[in-house]
Amino acid sequence: MTTLFFDEMHDGDATTRPHYLPFETWARGLSPDVMARKRAEADLAFRRLGITFAVYGEEAGTERLIPFDTIPRIIPNAEWKTLRAGLKQRVKALNMFLGDIYNGQDILRAGRIPADEVLDNAQFRPEMRGFKVPNGIYAHIAGVDIVRAGAGEFYVLEDNLRVPSGVSYMLENRKMMMRLFPELFAQQKIAPVEHYPDLLLETLRAVAPAGVDDPTVVVMTPGAFNSAYFEHSFLAQQMGVELVEGRDLFIDHDAVYMRTTCGPKRVDVIYRRIDDDFLDPQVFRADSMLGVPGLLKAYRAGRVTLCNAIGTGVADDKSIYPYVGEMVRFYLGEEPILNNVPTWRCREKDDLRYVLAHLPELVVKEVHGAGGYGMLVGPAATKAEIEQFRAVLVAHPDKYIAQPTLALSTCPTYVDSGIAPRHIDLRPFVLSGKEVSLVPGGLTRVALREGSLVVNSSQGGGTKDTWVLENGHAEPHR
Amino acid sequence: MLSRTADHLYWMARYSERAENLARLLDVNYQMSLVPHDAETERSSWNAIIALNSLEYAYAKRHDEVTATKVLHFMLRDETHPSSIYSCLRAARENAHAVRGTLTAEMWETINETWLQLRDQSFAEIHAGGIAAFFDWVKQRASLLRGAMFGTMLRDEAFQFIRLGALLERADNTARILDVKYHSLAGAQQSQGDDLVDANDFYHWGALLRSVSAFEVYRKVYRDVITPERVAELLILREDLPRALHSCMGGIVRVLEKVRNSRSDETVRRAGQLYATLRYGRMDDIFERGLHAWLDAFIDSIGDLSVRISEDFLVGA
Repeated sequence: MTTLFFDEMHDGDATTRPHYLPFETWARGLSPDVMARKRAEADLAFRRLGITFAVYGEEAGTERLIPFDTIPRIIPNAEWKTLRAGLKQRVKALNMFLGDIYNGQDILRAGRIPADEVLDNAQFRPEMRGFKVPNGIYAHIAGVDIVRAGAGEFYVLEDNLRVPSGVSYMLENRKMMMRLFPELFAQQKIAPVEHYPDLLLETLRAVAPAGVDDPTVVVMTPGAFNSAYFEHSFLAQQMGVELVEGRDLFIDHDAVYMRTTCGPKRVDVIYRRIDDDFLDPQVFRADSMLGVPGLLKAYRAGRVTLCNAIGTGVADDKSIYPYVGEMVRFYLGEEPILNNVPTWRCREKDDLRYVLAHLPELVVKEVHGAGGYGMLVGPAATKAEIEQFRAVLVAHPDKYIAQPTLALSTCPTYVDSGIAPRHIDLRPFVLSGKEVSLVPGGLTRVALREGSLVVNSSQGGGTKDTWVLENGHAEPHR
Repeated sequence: MLSRTADHLYWMARYSERAENLARLLDVNYQMSLVPHDAETERSSWNAIIALNSLEYAYAKRHDEVTATKVLHFMLRDETHPSSIYSCLRAARENAHAVRGTLTAEMWETINETWLQLRDQSFAEIHAGGIAAFFDWVKQRASLLRGAMFGTMLRDEAFQFIRLGALLERADNTARILDVKYHSLAGAQQSQGDDLVDANDFYHWGALLRSVSAFEVYRKVYRDVITPERVAELLILREDLPRALHSCMGGIVRVLEKVRNSRSDETVRRAGQLYATLRYGRMDDIFERGLHAWLDAFIDSIGDLSVRISEDFLVGA
C-alpha cells in the first residue's frame, strides 16, 4: 500500500506511529457497536446542547450541527513545542507590524514591504493612524491556520487576526471526548485545554485602558442569528461576563455604557465578535444596525479597549501574508520558526504568467476574501471553471494570490463506509495580553468529503478533538 | 444585568408559562367535551377558548366553523399565529437562545429539547399519539424546566426576572380561566336544576380545578361538595396555592422588592396595592362587586403592571 499523503496515524508502510499506539490498541478492543452507539450519543448531546452554527444562504435561522469525529488528532509533545514557539514568534511579529504601520512605518521606510501593498490595502484603516493601543497589542486573539504537507512539515496557511472563531468547538469537543471515553484520559497524559476561558479573561483584563483597576469586560455579538452566536454566548458565560449587542451599549462623553436593569454601567474592554465595518455607523458603514454610534471616538480617546483592535485585517490579508517572514526578521531579528506556503502574487507580471500557465495545479485565492467562497482549487476544478477563473484573473490580477495545492496531511476519520483518511488542518488560538499564551492544541478541522481539501464548516467540514501528549513529567500549560 | 437580557428571560418565562396554561385550559375543555352534553354547549365552550385569548379574528381567517378538532389544531399546532402552544414554545426557545449563556445548562437543554421534540410533529401525529398525552407532555416539560430552574439557578437577578415573567403570566391566566369558566358553569347551574346536570357540574367543576392542579387541594381544604363560590375563593384568595391569584401577587411583590431601581417606586406601590386587595380581601366583597367585573379589573391591573415593568427594567436607559 502506498500513501500519497502524510497520515497523522500511520507512516508510509501503514505502521502505526508511536504516539498513536495507545489509542489504536484501545480502539481495537472496542466493538463497532459500542463505537456506533458512542457516536450517536455525541450527536444527540451536541444537538440537545444546541452546539450549532447558523448557515448563511439557507432558510433564515437554520441551525446545523458541525459533524464531530471521535478519532482524535494527536500531536506529539516535541512537535507541539516547536509549533508553540513558532506561533508565539509569529503573532508577536504581527502585532509589532500593526503597531508600526499605524505609527512610525519603519518597515515601509526600510523598504522591506512595498508601501503601497500596505497603505492601499482596503483593510488598512487610516482611522488607526497615530494612536497607541494598550500594551501595543492589536490582535489579542489570533486563530492561526496550520497545515501539514509533503513529508510532514508544518505550514502556516493564514493568520486570522480579525474575529477568529472555533475555540468553543475545541472546548466542547474535549468535553465530549472525556464524557464518551473517560478511560482514554485516565490512560494517557493529554494536556488540558479547559482553562482557555480563564486565559482569555486574563488577556482581556490586561489590556484595559490605563488607570482602570477592576475593568468590566463584555463580549459583543452581532446577535443570535450570527453563525458563531453559540460561541459568543459560550465564551461570555464561561468568563462570567455580559454578552452584549450594539443596541445594549451607548456612548456618553466618550465613555461606553451598557443599559442594565439598574441603569447605565461603564464598560472598559469589549471583546467584539463583529467586523470593523459594522462597529460604528458614524465612521464605517452608516447602515450598520449592529454597532454603536461614537464607539471609534471613545476608542481613540483611550476610554475603552476593543479586542481585537480595529484595522488588524491588513496584517492577515493574503496580499501581506508573503511578508510575515520578513516581519519576524525585521522586528525580532530571528529566523521564522514556522514555514509560509510559497505564494505567487498575481500583481507581479512574472508571478501572474506562471500562475496562468499552471492553473490546474494551483490554489488561487482572493486577497480580501475569507471563508472559502472566492477561490479556485485547480486540481478539483473542471476545465470550464478554470477558464472562467482565468478570465477573472487576467482582468483583476492584483486581487489574487496563488499557492501550490498542498498535499494536506490526513487523519483516519469515520465516514459512511467505515474509517478512511480525510484531510485536516489545525487552528491554535494565540492570546496576547501581558504576555503571549496559548492552550496546547487547538481546533482540528477535517474535510469529510473524500479528496476534499476544504475544511471550512460552511463547506461541509467537521471537527476532531486535538490532543497534545504530555511527556512523563507535568509542565505548565502555556 | 443587561436590560435586554432581562427582557429575554422575562419573555422566555411568560411564553413557557403561557404554553403550560394553554395546555391546562385546553385539557379542561377537552375533558369536558367527553361527558354527555348538547352540541350548543360544546360549541360555546370552544368559542370561549378563542374569545379568552382574543383570537376571534385570527381564527375566522383560518376556519369557518368551530369544532373541537379545528380549535385544537388552531390552538396546538398552528404556527401562523403567535398564541398556539407551538408558537409559544418556539418563542420561549428563541428568547432562551438569545440569552442561553445566562441560563444553566440544565435549563437550556430542557427548553431546547422541548422545542426539538415538538418542532417536527404535525397535528395529525399529535392527534394519533393522543391529545391528552400531548397536554401531559406540555405540562411535564414545564415542570421539568421549573425544576431545573429551582434546582440549579443562582438566585440572582436573572432568576428574579424569570420568576416575574412566570408569575405575571400565571396570574393573568388563572384570572382568565376562572372568568370564562365560572360564567359558563355558574350560569348553567342557575338555569337548570335536575340531577343529571348536577352530575355534569361535578365533572365540569372538577375539570376546572384539575386544570390548575387544585382538585385534591379543594378536597383537602373544604372536605365538602364542590360549589362555584368556593372554587372562586380557592383560586383567588388562597395564599398557599401556587396558581391562586393571592399567591402569584405575593410572589410578584417580593420579586419587585428585590429588583427595585430608581425608576420603579410607582410600580412597586401599585403591585403592593393590588396584593393588599387579595391579602385583606373577602369573597363577599368580591361577589358584591360582581366576580366578572372584579376579575376584569384584576386582569387590567396585571396588564398595567406588565407595561410598567417593561418600562422600568426591560427597555433600558
